[in-house]
Amino acid sequence: MSETLTLSKAIGTGLRRALADDDKVVLMGEDIGRLGGVFRVTEGLQRDFGPDRVMDTPLAEAGIMGTAIGLAFRGYRPVVEIQFDGFIYPAFDQIVAQLAKLHYRTRGNVRMPITVRVPYGGGIGSVEHHSESPEAYFAHTAGLRVVTCSNPQDAHTMIRQAIASDDPVMFFEPKRRYWAKGEVDETIDDSTLPMGSARVAAEGTDVTLVAYGPLVKTALDAAAAAADDGLSVEVVDLRSLSPIDFDTVEASVRKTGRLVITHEAAQFGGLGAEIAASITDRCFYHLEAAPARVTGFDTPYPAAKLEEHFLPDLDRILDAVDRVLGRENSLTGGLV
Amino acid sequence: MRSAISEQQSGSEENSLSEVFGPDEELIQILTPFGERVSQPLFDSWIDDVDSAALLALYEDMVVVRRIDTEATALQRQGELGLWAPLLGQEAAQIGSARALRSDDFVFTSYRENAVAYCRGVQLVDLVKVWRGVANSGWNPFEVNMATPAVIIGAQSLHATGYAMGCQKDGVDSVAVAYFGDGATSQGDVNEAMIFAASFHAPVIFFCQNNQWAISEPVGLQAVRPISDRSPGFGIPSLRVDGNDVLAVTATMRIALDRARTGGGPTFIEAVTYRMGPHTTSDDPTKYEDVDLHAQWAAKDPILRLERHLEATGVLDDAARASVKEKSDEVARGFRAACHTLDDPEPLAVFDHVYSAPHSGVDRQKRQYAAYLSYIEGGTR
Repeated sequence: MSETLTLSKAIGTGLRRALADDDKVVLMGEDIGRLGGVFRVTEGLQRDFGPDRVMDTPLAEAGIMGTAIGLAFRGYRPVVEIQFDGFIYPAFDQIVAQLAKLHYRTRGNVRMPITVRVPYGGGIGSVEHHSESPEAYFAHTAGLRVVTCSNPQDAHTMIRQAIASDDPVMFFEPKRRYWAKGEVDETIDDSTLPMGSARVAAEGTDVTLVAYGPLVKTALDAAAAAADDGLSVEVVDLRSLSPIDFDTVEASVRKTGRLVITHEAAQFGGLGAEIAASITDRCFYHLEAAPARVTGFDTPYPAAKLEEHFLPDLDRILDAVDRVLGRENSLTGGLV
Repeated sequence: MRSAISEQQSGSEENSLSEVFGPDEELIQILTPFGERVSQPLFDSWIDDVDSAALLALYEDMVVVRRIDTEATALQRQGELGLWAPLLGQEAAQIGSARALRSDDFVFTSYRENAVAYCRGVQLVDLVKVWRGVANSGWNPFEVNMATPAVIIGAQSLHATGYAMGCQKDGVDSVAVAYFGDGATSQGDVNEAMIFAASFHAPVIFFCQNNQWAISEPVGLQAVRPISDRSPGFGIPSLRVDGNDVLAVTATMRIALDRARTGGGPTFIEAVTYRMGPHTTSDDPTKYEDVDLHAQWAAKDPILRLERHLEATGVLDDAARASVKEKSDEVARGFRAACHTLDDPEPLAVFDHVYSAPHSGVDRQKRQYAAYLSYIEGGTR
């Protein structure tokens, strides 16, 4: 029943299943047809389902998003590919002012079952606009559901859940993990793990480490390294960024008393701030230390040769783990 | 029909800059401002069936929507509405185009298209909800095949194009219509909509009411050539019509609809008209509008010219006039009464319909606000 797939192939098989199961599912995007997308996620789908179902579009993100909305008015279930994270801004108005608000505006009369696929994040040595993490803009916007996958199984299950959702879903794909392999069981569905739920990726007792998307692997590596040091780190893979499954995070923090949050996006006004504030609000007296954030800096995404400094890595995460545990860390030497 | 369009296209190519706001004879016109009907061989056959009774019905529509407009403005002045966007002067453009539609066509508009909504069968009580502030939209779009207005300028042009692409996939001959103004033609969305419509040969009509103003900005700031000159560059033929001539608007709209239904693809119509009122009830045109220009356009009033025509042809007699007045007063009374039936929504309605399924974040806020309300209203502080 299960097979080994890369994360990109796991999304591709999910899209294939959705196209086969529902005539109203259409794929739209730049280069997704004959080329199969710049990351080959949609490879072979136009060949098998035709250009009416898998549509190469003009090079205009607002146009793609706005016409997808029109198709949804007509009863279609469009899946839009935005080629790269940094290319989504021309579509921002259609996403934030139209897609997110139409259900609310029309008091539930108009549903927008649109999935917006966005390859995001850094770590691939690319040029400007190809490595960004814009998820907070969308998590901040009421009316959108925002999710991200960290492994092939979730990638497959969650893209199908996103397409099945009657609400618009921003589906962030960790592009540097596209080639990561894992077992994918196509029969796993909502009853196993709803799209809005977080997942404890590694159990632990000393520190809760919250991550999502591309940094889940980094967090798991950090937890393994910490274990060598005799520390037990629990890794929570958020999966959903709107809503956030705070119950799962809270349960973990109540157990560990310590919280570290990591994401590639800039820190200021980011999801780490929201998680720190909400968890402090929910279980202040269970916290043994102030929550710590390990994030991208409050700078534009830097040139490729600098991204290793910008991106949270295993050592910066372990430094924050030391901090919440009151152990010696980069801030204790009086250098800052 | 194609010759009509190509002639119009080549005609517009000959326009010089000085003729952008040129005289009426550049426009497709069937009914002059004096109410004289002129022969337009390329267009007359499209309105053969518009007999005296049909003309009288169009006249009644225009008088009624102007009466709604007047009543709404009064209601705003009386504090019953927060805002109103009058369509005064644009009755022929809206009625002529909307009455040409079939019920299975789908319309995407901006916020001034109250006459289009009236033609689609939107209830008066639903027309007023947004402006009274009790809801963000008035009606279920699928009951009248008209989306609720887009306030972001031009956004709806893409929705219409996408809808038309859906009609195409479904193999039906329904048509989508995007209504927008001259200001919207500067927006990227409208231009991208034309690109998508052309590339996919979508059955969509871009109906631009060039009412000469985007709040205080004259159309010359949006376009240095006639707006109808723009779409041929995208591969979409255009028609430039006298928007104050309900017959010419009807003919051009029917041509465009026929093209769309028979696989001809998109058409762009520029209905040249004039916004005789303010942008909204919050606006003050005396700060920017030339009074002579206003007077010139008043002389081209869409209702006045049809009235002259109907009087000259003996259709509009005293009895008919009284009947139209009675109908418009009745609608105005209904509009005012409907306005008064609208109570403020319940406080917790702020949380309704954000999502179609539970969302733990919003649901939690709703529970907390409900607790807060009962706490302060319970007087337990």
